[in-house]
Amino acid sequence: MIGRSRPLQLLSLTVVVVAALSLVSLTIALAGFDVSTAARAALDGAFGGSFAIFSATLKRTTPLLFLGVAVAVAFRAGVLNIGAEGQFLAGAAAAAAVGLHAPVESAVMMLPLEFAAAATAGMGWAAIAAWLKARFGVTEVVSTLLLNFVAINAVGFLVRGPLQEPTFTYPQTLPLGESARLPLLVDSQRLHWGFVIALLVAIGAWWVFQNTAAGFRARISGISRSAAESAGLIAVGRVQASALLASGAIAGIAGFSEVAGVTYRLYEGLSPGYGYTAIAVALLGRLHPIGIIASAVLFGALGSGADSMQRNAGIPAEFASVLAAVILLGVLALPAAEALLARKFRVARAL
Amino acid sequence: MTIPIDGFLEAVVRGATPLAFAALGELVAERSGVINLGLEGAIVCGALASLVATVAFGPSAGLLAGGSAGLCIGLIFAFFVLVLRAQQIIVGAAVSILGLGLSATVHRALTGGGASAIHVATLPELRIPFLADIPIIGPALFSQSLPTYILYALFPLVAYALYRTIGGVVLRAAGEHPPAVIAAGHSPAKVQFMALCVCGFLAGVGGATLVVAQTGTFSDGMSAGRGFIAVAVVALGRWRPVGVLLGVLLFGSASALQFLAQSLGWNVPYNIVLAAPYVLTLLAMAALRGSGSAPAALGRALNRSASLV
Repeated sequence: MIGRSRPLQLLSLTVVVVAALSLVSLTIALAGFDVSTAARAALDGAFGGSFAIFSATLKRTTPLLFLGVAVAVAFRAGVLNIGAEGQFLAGAAAAAAVGLHAPVESAVMMLPLEFAAAATAGMGWAAIAAWLKARFGVTEVVSTLLLNFVAINAVGFLVRGPLQEPTFTYPQTLPLGESARLPLLVDSQRLHWGFVIALLVAIGAWWVFQNTAAGFRARISGISRSAAESAGLIAVGRVQASALLASGAIAGIAGFSEVAGVTYRLYEGLSPGYGYTAIAVALLGRLHPIGIIASAVLFGALGSGADSMQRNAGIPAEFASVLAAVILLGVLALPAAEALLARKFRVARAL
Repeated sequence: MTIPIDGFLEAVVRGATPLAFAALGELVAERSGVINLGLEGAIVCGALASLVATVAFGPSAGLLAGGSAGLCIGLIFAFFVLVLRAQQIIVGAAVSILGLGLSATVHRALTGGGASAIHVATLPELRIPFLADIPIIGPALFSQSLPTYILYALFPLVAYALYRTIGGVVLRAAGEHPPAVIAAGHSPAKVQFMALCVCGFLAGVGGATLVVAQTGTFSDGMSAGRGFIAVAVVALGRWRPVGVLLGVLLFGSASALQFLAQSLGWNVPYNIVLAAPYVLTLLAMAALRGSGSAPAALGRALNRSASLV
């Protein structure tokens, strides 16, 4: 990924997205759906008018942006955190618990409290994996994945037990009070201030990586473990554990943003796999903040487009995750494809 | 109150069966040097394919169709890892997302939004005369459905193949030291390719078992992390067949807690029981610390000269 020019990277990423979209449209056509109706429905649902843009696409972009940054922070330090989903849920649960029960009246107090609780909970959830790795040598890939399933059930337990609404009928919490909610960003649209926080987090994380010693150590640890260790100044294990904690904290904040900004309550199935889609967001964005913002918007649009296709063309919305996986695989295939092209060109020039 | 011990043991074996197929497959793949995290996708696609094939042709076809679907997912994984030489873990995650999304999409298209769930009759329990009458362990081991008995043959078979055949030695060598395999005149990539095919197929059969032998229907994400647990179980079992067997029985016990809680009337919240297998797997991984017996070249990409194409 080093040494290739920006325009070339951008071009090849665009090719991946276009190829994935065509592959999926072909499948839709083969399944007997009308592609042009579907495409129009998708475009309308994602970008057709201010409601589609603010209340659907950008609203969906917000958690993906947070989680994409969370994944990227870990990946850049060489930690394979596949547990953003669980850390998101931990943050969401903490935000809901604080938002419902903290004895605070004003939003000025309440929102920072929720924010801090969510970040701490997300970090705490990631800390389990970091501790298992540091103390027992358990690889973070497996532990973060398994912790996702624990988190799903923990949320299930909370909304059927300690946090359930007082009639004990539905597996969900009461709605948050006004003061515990993030204000809307655009009048009468569902986009909320979480989006702005997500942008700030994306840029802040990038700044830390580029301009601080800690960021430098994390980057080196991610590029080459042996180089980092032989430099003598970098305790790779500790640096990677910190990166995992930071990643978990950001994922936890995503949970706060979703509960305080969108759903206003905690329930099972809060996340339709945001934490997994985030891996595609981060890698399509080349782990770079601008790239991640762009790819989060893309995946947000894919989500709202897919919803609209289900409503208007009867195409199952689940295919959005297929598309995410296909794009992710395309990004993974890129280095090989580019190497092949480069070899072809060299051969051509030699002739 | 008496503890229904034979019922509990039966539930242990039952719960362990689908996972055992997947874990055996993962064992083969990891001994050849590849971590296949795409197992989850293979299991869930195998489950859906088996449901469809069972409706059309009956349960044995269901098991085969499940295996074939798992094989297809395994081929996708193998293509990206062996041909394009992409990072195994991330490809695995992507393939799992793909399998989960694909099965959910197709299932919704088939059932029209889950309004009309498809149900099939599950395989009957085959009671083996005399053996099933052994007290305590008899019903658990010898009053199960067909897939469990297949496993009784499969575990020794895989162990024999890995340790007592030339192919098995080559496969293990590919996981330890690929250059040695090349020196011996074999291609590590081809060995890994075949291992991944076996892995995908077995995971698919595991998914089919969930449907054909247990639930009789499909639900989105019904693999419920078994693919990831299989990866954990292989590490827990120290990359050996006997260890893997113990690992899947551990998982089986955790999932049988559900049975125990019900039959004893414990007032344990449902979700805590459901979370038990994951927590127990994590605890076991921590308790059996260290990975000294992992294949030396596990998870490493082959050199370009050694890979396919």
